[in-house]
Amino acid sequence: MSAEYVLEMNRISKQYGDNAVLNDVSLKVKSGEIHALLGENGAGKSTLMNILFGMPVIHNTGGFQGEVLINGEKQNISSPHDAMLKGIGMVHQEFMLIPGFTITENIKLNREVSKPNIISKLIGKDLEILDMATMEQDARKALDAVGMSVDEHTLVKGLPVGYMQFVEIAREIDKEGIKLLVFDEPTAVLTESEAEQLISVMKSIAEKGIAIIFITHRLDEVMNACDSVTVLRDGKLVKSMPTNETSIINIAKLMIGRASDDVAKAPQRTEQLSGNIAMEIKDLHVSMPGERVRGLNLEVMEGEILGIGGLAGQGKIGLPNGIMGLFEATGEVKLFGKKLPLNNAKEVLKQGVAMVSEDRRGVGLLLDESIANNIAFNAIQVNGKYLYNILGFASLMNTRAVYKLANDFIKQLDIRCTSAAQHTGTLSGGNQQKVCIARALALDPKFLFVSEPTRGIDIGAKRLVLETLTKLNRKLGMTIVMVSSELNELRSIADRIAVVSEGVVVDILSPEASDADFGLAMSGIKPGSIEGGNSNEN
Amino acid sequence: MNKVKKFDIAQILRNNAVTITFVILCIVCLMFSGLQVSYLVFELFTRISRNAFIVLALIIPIIAGMGINFAITIGAMGAQIAILWVLEWGVPGFKGFLLAAALTIPIAGIFGWLVGLLLNKMKGQEMIGSMIMGYFANGLYQLLFLFIFGNIIPLSNPNLVIRGSTGVANTLDLSRKDGIKHALENLGQIKPDLAVYILAAIMILIAAYMYLYKKDKTKKPFALAGIAVLMVAVSFTPIFKNWFSMVKIPVATYVLIGLLCLFNYVIMKTRLGQQFRAVGQSGTVANAAGINVNRVRLIAIIISTILAGIGQLMFVQNMGSFQTYGAHEQVGLYAGAAILVGGASIAGATNGQALLGCVLFHTLFIVAPAAGKNLLGDAAIGEYFRVFISYGVIAMALVMHAWRTVKKKKSLASNLADASAKA
Repeated sequence: MSAEYVLEMNRISKQYGDNAVLNDVSLKVKSGEIHALLGENGAGKSTLMNILFGMPVIHNTGGFQGEVLINGEKQNISSPHDAMLKGIGMVHQEFMLIPGFTITENIKLNREVSKPNIISKLIGKDLEILDMATMEQDARKALDAVGMSVDEHTLVKGLPVGYMQFVEIAREIDKEGIKLLVFDEPTAVLTESEAEQLISVMKSIAEKGIAIIFITHRLDEVMNACDSVTVLRDGKLVKSMPTNETSIINIAKLMIGRASDDVAKAPQRTEQLSGNIAMEIKDLHVSMPGERVRGLNLEVMEGEILGIGGLAGQGKIGLPNGIMGLFEATGEVKLFGKKLPLNNAKEVLKQGVAMVSEDRRGVGLLLDESIANNIAFNAIQVNGKYLYNILGFASLMNTRAVYKLANDFIKQLDIRCTSAAQHTGTLSGGNQQKVCIARALALDPKFLFVSEPTRGIDIGAKRLVLETLTKLNRKLGMTIVMVSSELNELRSIADRIAVVSEGVVVDILSPEASDADFGLAMSGIKPGSIEGGNSNEN
Repeated sequence: MNKVKKFDIAQILRNNAVTITFVILCIVCLMFSGLQVSYLVFELFTRISRNAFIVLALIIPIIAGMGINFAITIGAMGAQIAILWVLEWGVPGFKGFLLAAALTIPIAGIFGWLVGLLLNKMKGQEMIGSMIMGYFANGLYQLLFLFIFGNIIPLSNPNLVIRGSTGVANTLDLSRKDGIKHALENLGQIKPDLAVYILAAIMILIAAYMYLYKKDKTKKPFALAGIAVLMVAVSFTPIFKNWFSMVKIPVATYVLIGLLCLFNYVIMKTRLGQQFRAVGQSGTVANAAGINVNRVRLIAIIISTILAGIGQLMFVQNMGSFQTYGAHEQVGLYAGAAILVGGASIAGATNGQALLGCVLFHTLFIVAPAAGKNLLGDAAIGEYFRVFISYGVIAMALVMHAWRTVKKKKSLASNLADASAKA
C-alpha cells in the first residue's frame, strides 16, 4: 500500500454536451504534500473537483473519461458520501454548517457517536441515543488540532465568519481515515491573521501525512504554503511542477496565457480624451451576494472605455450593480462632479447612467414582450418618453413612436429579427444582448455600464457586440465601463483595465501590460511590488 | 464576538406576540363571559384530553423543516376507516379501541408514506401541498364511504348504513353497547388532587434519579423536587379545590399524552432526531453530510400521520359519535392554529408550546361564545370568532416567518460585510 501518490487523476476529460470543459487533465498528489490547483474561472478546477467527489452533476451528464486512483488503486467514486468513505474530504468555500447546531453537533453531523438500546436493536441504528459526552471530547480534540480555543458547546450561529472555516476543517480532520483534504478558496473570507493561522494549520495537517489540494487565487499563499502547483487553463493542463522550481511571476503568466487572435480590435482614437473625470468612486461597498465590493476607489475618464477585469466572485460585477442601485451600496459616487444618489435605481437612470446587465434573461429583458416594448420600457418608465398625456394624469403609450424608436435601433445595431413585434424570448443570445444595449441607449445615457456583454453568446455575435460598443464610444463619445471575465476582450477594446480582487481595485493596467502583470493583479498582488522580479519580461 | 445578552423586553414581546395576545384575549373574554372558573377548568381538561395528542403529532414535521403538516387530516381519515370496521365487527370498549389503533397504524402509515413521497417532490411548499392533499383525500374518502362501502364491500351492521340507501350513514354512533365510547375514560378516572400527588411523586423520583445516578450536581434536580412540593402545597389551597372541583382526570388518556411528550423528547436525542433537526435547518448541509434527506422527511411525515390517526381515535371515542363526512375536515386547521398560539413557529416547536397552545386555544373557545352572548347578545359570534382566529393565527405565523427570514438574511449580510471590513 505504499503507492507514491495518494491521489492520481489520470487523463481526465469531460464534456457537457458539445462543450469540452476538461481535456486530458492529470493531477497527482503525494501524501503529506500541499498541492495548489490554480486557474482562472472556467479553467476546469471545479469540474475536476466535482469528478473527484462523484457529484451527481457529473454522473447525470454522461460521466467522464480517464481514471481516478487512490493509493494506487483504481476507484469508482459514485457520490460525495462515497468520497467521504474513501477518505476524501472537502472544506467548502460556502460553509456547510448548520447555524442552529453547536460546534460539536456540526463536527459530528451524521457521524454521531451513539449507544444502542433495546428499541434500537429491534428497529435500527437510527434510534440509538446520542452520546454527547464522547462527541464533545472528539470535537474538543479536533478543535485543539486546528488551534481553536472556542467552547465546543457554542452555537455556530453566533460565530465570526473566520471561525466557521476552522470548524469545517475540524470536522474534516475528525473523520477517520481521512487521506486527502480539498480546501476551496478557504482564505477568501478570512482576516489576514486568520489566513496565516489557516496556512499553519494546513501545514500541520500535512505533516500528519494527509494530502491537501489547495484551491486559491492568492499566489503569495501558494508560494508560502505549497509544495507543488498544477495550473489549468481553458480545461487543459498547462503545467504541474514543484513550487521551488518556479516563481510567482511564472505562475501568473501560466495562468493567463494570451489567446492567439484578438476577438475585435478597437480603431485608433482620432482625438485626445478631454482628461475630465466622468465618474469618481470613493470607498464603495456593495453587498451583492457572491460579488461583494469592499471599499473600492476608481476614477473613470470622460470618453474612455474602461475595462474591469478580475476573477469571478471578487466583486467586479458588484460594482455596476451597486452603483445602479440594484444591490445595497454605501460610499460616494460622483458623476461629472455631481453627487449620485445610491440605492435609488430610478434617480441614477435619470442622471444619465445606464447599464446593460450581466443577467440578460433575469434583469435585462422582459422575455414575453416585444422587442419594441423592451427597448422603450426604461425610457417610458424613467424619462416619461413615448407617452400621450390624457387629462394631465393618465397616460398612454405612444405605440407609433415606440416602434419608430425600435426600428431605428434594429437598423443601427443590426438586430436580426422578423419585426420589432417579435418577442425577445425567441431571439438568439447575441440579438438579445443587442436589445439590452438598445434599451440602455434609449435612455440617452451619458455613461454606460456594460456587464459581461459576451457571456453565453457565440463568437460572431461577440464581435458584433464589441464593435457596437467601440462605435458608440468613438462616434458618440460615450463613456463606457465594461466588466468582463474575458481578459482578451477587455484587452482588445479598452483604453485601460482595472483589475478587481477581493472587492477593491488592485491595479489599473494598460491593455498591453504583460500576462504576468494581469495574473498577479488578479491574485491581489500589485505588479512591481515583488522584489527582484521583473514583471515586464514577456 | 462577545455580545452581551441583554434582557430585552421588547424583543421578548415581539417574539411571543401571538401567545401574549391570546393570554390577554382569554382573560378579557373570561371576565365578560360570567363563567365560573371551575366550569372553565372542567371543560378545558375534557377538551385537552381530546385534542392534545393531535397537536403534539405536529411537532416532528415542524422540526424536520416541513412546516405544519396539514395532512394530519388524512391520518384522521385513516382512524375513521378503522373505527368503521371496529363498529362493523362489533368489538366493544377498550378492546375495540385497541383494535382500532392496531388498524389505524398501518392505514395511516401507508397514507403518510404516500403524502411524504409527494411532499418530497415539492420541497418548500409542504404546507400548501399537504393542505391541498387533505382536500383531495377528502374526495377519495367520500367515494370510499358513500359508494365502495355498502356497494362493493357490504356492511352487515344496519346502524352504519344510510337508511333506505347504500353508503355509510352521516353520523356514526359509538355509544351503543357494542361501541367504543369512553373506552379510555372507563379505564379509570381520578380526582385532580390524587393526580397531583402521583405527578409530584414521579417528579421527585426523577429528581432523585438525576441526583443519585446521573450525578447531576446542578440545580436542576432540586428545582424539580421543589416544584413537586409546591404543586402538592397548592393542591391543599381552597382556590385549587374550588377551581378543580368539577374535574375528573381520565388516567389512560393523560398517560398517553404524557408518553407522546416523552416520545417527542427522547426521539430528539437519537440519531434520527439529530437528522430531523439537521434536515429541518438546512437540507443542503444535511445532504452534503451524507444524510438521506428524503428518507428523513418521509419518516417524519409517516410518524406524524400515524400519531394524528391515534389522536383522532382518542378524540372520537371521547365524543361518542362523529360526523362521518366532516369530523376530519378541520383537524389540521385547528391543530395547526393551536400549536402556533402556543408560541411555535413553522420552523420550531416544542412539547410545551403544543400544550400551552392547546390550553389557550380551547380556553378562548370556551369563553368566547359566552362573552359574545353577554356583550353582543349572540352566542354565534363566538363561533365566528373561532374560525376567524384559526385562519388569522396561521396567516400571521406565515407572515412573521417570512419577515424573520428576510431579517435573518439581512443580518447575515451585514455580518459578512463587517467581517470583510475587518479583513
